[in-house]
Amino acid sequence: MDNGNAGTASKTAKLRVFRGDASGGKLEPYEVETYPGMVVLDAIHDIQAKQEPTMAVRWNCKAGRCGSCSAEINGKPRLMCMTRMSHYAEGEPITVTPMRAFPIIRDLVTDVSHNFEMAKKIPPFTPRPRDADGTWRMKQEDIDRIQEFRKCIECFLCQDVCHVIRDHRKDTFAGPRFLIQLATLDMHPLDTLDRRELVKDEFGIGYCNITRCCTEVCPEGIRITDNGIIPLKERVADQYFDPIRWIASKVSGEEKKPKAKLRVLPPDPRPTDVPAGGKDRR
Amino acid sequence: MSTSTEAKFERHEHDVLVIGAGGAGLRAAIEASAEGASVGVVCKSLLGKAHTVMAEGGVAAALGYVEPKDNWKVHFRDTMKGGRYLNQWRMAQLHAMEAPDRVKELEAWGALFDRTADGRILQRNFGGHKYPRLAHVGDRTGLEMIRTLQQHGIHSGMTVYMELTVTRLLVEPASSGRPARIRGAFGYWRESGRFVVFLAKSIVLATGGIGRAFRINSNSWECTGDGQALAYLAGAELMDMEFMQFHPTGMVWPPSVRGTLITEGVRGEGGTLRNKDGKRIMFDYIPELYANETANAEPEADQWLRESTSGVSSKARRTPDLLPRDIVARAIHSEVKAGRGSPHGGVFLDIHSRRSAEDIKRKLPAMYHQFKELGDVDITKEPMEVGPTAHYTMGGIRVDPDTQQSRVEGLFAAGECAAGMHGANRLGGNSLSDLLVFGRISGLHAAKYAKGREAPSLDVGEIEAAEREVLAPFERDEGPNPFLLHDDLKDKMHTYVGIIRSEDDLTRGLEHIARIGEATARVKVDGNRHYNAAFHQAFDMRNMLIVSEAMARAARARKESRGGHAREDFPEMDKGHFSKVNIVARWTASGMEIAEATLPDVPAEIKTVLEEG
Repeated sequence: MDNGNAGTASKTAKLRVFRGDASGGKLEPYEVETYPGMVVLDAIHDIQAKQEPTMAVRWNCKAGRCGSCSAEINGKPRLMCMTRMSHYAEGEPITVTPMRAFPIIRDLVTDVSHNFEMAKKIPPFTPRPRDADGTWRMKQEDIDRIQEFRKCIECFLCQDVCHVIRDHRKDTFAGPRFLIQLATLDMHPLDTLDRRELVKDEFGIGYCNITRCCTEVCPEGIRITDNGIIPLKERVADQYFDPIRWIASKVSGEEKKPKAKLRVLPPDPRPTDVPAGGKDRR
Repeated sequence: MSTSTEAKFERHEHDVLVIGAGGAGLRAAIEASAEGASVGVVCKSLLGKAHTVMAEGGVAAALGYVEPKDNWKVHFRDTMKGGRYLNQWRMAQLHAMEAPDRVKELEAWGALFDRTADGRILQRNFGGHKYPRLAHVGDRTGLEMIRTLQQHGIHSGMTVYMELTVTRLLVEPASSGRPARIRGAFGYWRESGRFVVFLAKSIVLATGGIGRAFRINSNSWECTGDGQALAYLAGAELMDMEFMQFHPTGMVWPPSVRGTLITEGVRGEGGTLRNKDGKRIMFDYIPELYANETANAEPEADQWLRESTSGVSSKARRTPDLLPRDIVARAIHSEVKAGRGSPHGGVFLDIHSRRSAEDIKRKLPAMYHQFKELGDVDITKEPMEVGPTAHYTMGGIRVDPDTQQSRVEGLFAAGECAAGMHGANRLGGNSLSDLLVFGRISGLHAAKYAKGREAPSLDVGEIEAAEREVLAPFERDEGPNPFLLHDDLKDKMHTYVGIIRSEDDLTRGLEHIARIGEATARVKVDGNRHYNAAFHQAFDMRNMLIVSEAMARAARARKESRGGHAREDFPEMDKGHFSKVNIVARWTASGMEIAEATLPDVPAEIKTVLEEG
């Protein structure tokens, strides 16, 4: 990165970064020179290049689009690439720790494979046939809401902050990211499957008690709770508890959507057993 | 394979192994799975994080929903002209013909593009495209595509190996008239450092570009030319490596985000480029090739923009702000050099005076967000400062246009790491369509190639050599830091192999590449192989150096200026020799060899299509 003609004397920032792995670790202090516009990910890269070449961090686009560099900064789930150093008071150390809801692999890198396995369980998009002219006509206003959901960059910060997941309901609760995906499918004008039973029984929507922590941390500003989870809860509740809606739906034919089945796919391969050494190969 | 080696390495077997899980890799994997092949997909990152997510403006396809006059022939003509006729015509033809079906297919898999008033897919204007042609989702089209392919792909039977780096392709050498043949790949899990051997009947490389070799670039860390380097080392040819696209509009300020992409969609939605005096710069840079179809004054340019963005077939000619990228990037470079640039060494891109704040936030939400959060600029009120940023490699692995197979049997390539489709310059929007069209074709032919073929047999010596190569940085007692070497390379590539080149600079650049290469061979890595960033960087360096050398050598061989290759010592486009050849690089025991390959003849019926425009 070209540091340009900043015109200001460089300053030093203090960071404390978690170093360690599944067996334990601690916060290590570092100092870096700052420059205009610097973000926390720049500081981590600077440490990696000049002080700790083995420091582990995930990142890709450095523009807030890929959702790779999720971490907790002063305890708050954030993207490191979108967090300006100037956001924090000068002289105060900035503490960077890995997402706490996921097992640590090393330093700032966590094992998020649970999310990819959850994604596989969701019965995929199943569209109705195309219109006679080979297109699918949809009004923009009918897809505005789900386009909001599809802004999701899968940073998993919502999963990280969710207290249901933090309190170990990982296997029975899909978490905000996947409830949003289920809401997307439910509201998709072309989709033909009824996933409501799964949303309740397999993806555990009932565990969410609408504290909106996920919405607060979403870097894309998706209104996860109000626009996604609450309407989905209502749809599921209607199916089970609202006799008038039930009769109305029988008349309108809405209930004709076939019920979706849970997908059971083998897990993706993961590296096995303990980390291999450098010189000692095994 | 001997039993000891067999026991030593984790081993996986597939009919088709796809390396890279961006748009091209996923589309290839989906197609190969649909053909009934057992498919493995390897990616350096987590699934869905590939650089495709950074594609913003849209996917080019002549659907004709916004401008009914559009069809594949117009798209084909635009693409060939944009590539200054150095494209492999057959690839450009297949691309233009198949892109509409590939886009419609994404809708069947759940993608939700922005809509026209009558409910069909909306299309926007982009540089070098005659008609509004880019299907899009605001300014996050790439994310929509990758998520669609990912969600469809995981249900189509493929096995995904995330955070795994491939360091070598395994190749059965040529013998008695039979060419070299692919048999697998060697790599390691990034998390544990543990080695993995893949047996594969065919391999599709879809690893993207090489932007990380340049100081100012728009690319993610993954774009280190892995596929090109793997193919080169395996005996395939690289082609058109001199053609590097510098996107005209990267952020220039603040330093932290220098190079980060600003979508061409800003200009597609009416944005204009101005110098420090407020003058619209592009009217002074219209080349002869585009003079007939480009507005030469503001009223006509504005009429065209107004009409073509509101669904009217405009009789006015296109605004020069939407000339192909190489032309716009060099125009900005010239303005800055002439002292007419913005405070931080770019020019101004102005959308706030052209569209309402509401339109900007709806059409360009990511741009709005990006400038507000990272640049302290409100683009609904102020202009952006922009300048060229290394963005895309037109060159790559030389492939057969109809199958995407390289000269190594069973080795295929698609997307940015393959060459031929874009010629000397790529039009915006043609990469997302490229990766869909050629992703599918490569997956299809890789599966067909694998069908009925016996599982390959491995060679212990070949695997042990690959293992030694990976472990070498740990064996040394001292050596240079790979991060600092990377910094050095980025600087030298920018200075000597950048947007404007010369014989002297390229020669000096090659000396630096050789010096950095020699240092890279002595890199020392500390610690163990557990998610070790320096260890990962060491291999990215090997690959970037190979591709950088090919780029500099090819650039020195092409003594003319064309598309993404500009020589100050040969400023004109050659109408003779260099208009008929592609430059090819190949591995030999004594170093990289550069040769010329004659461009295939364009058949009469295709010539007619080109001349209709």
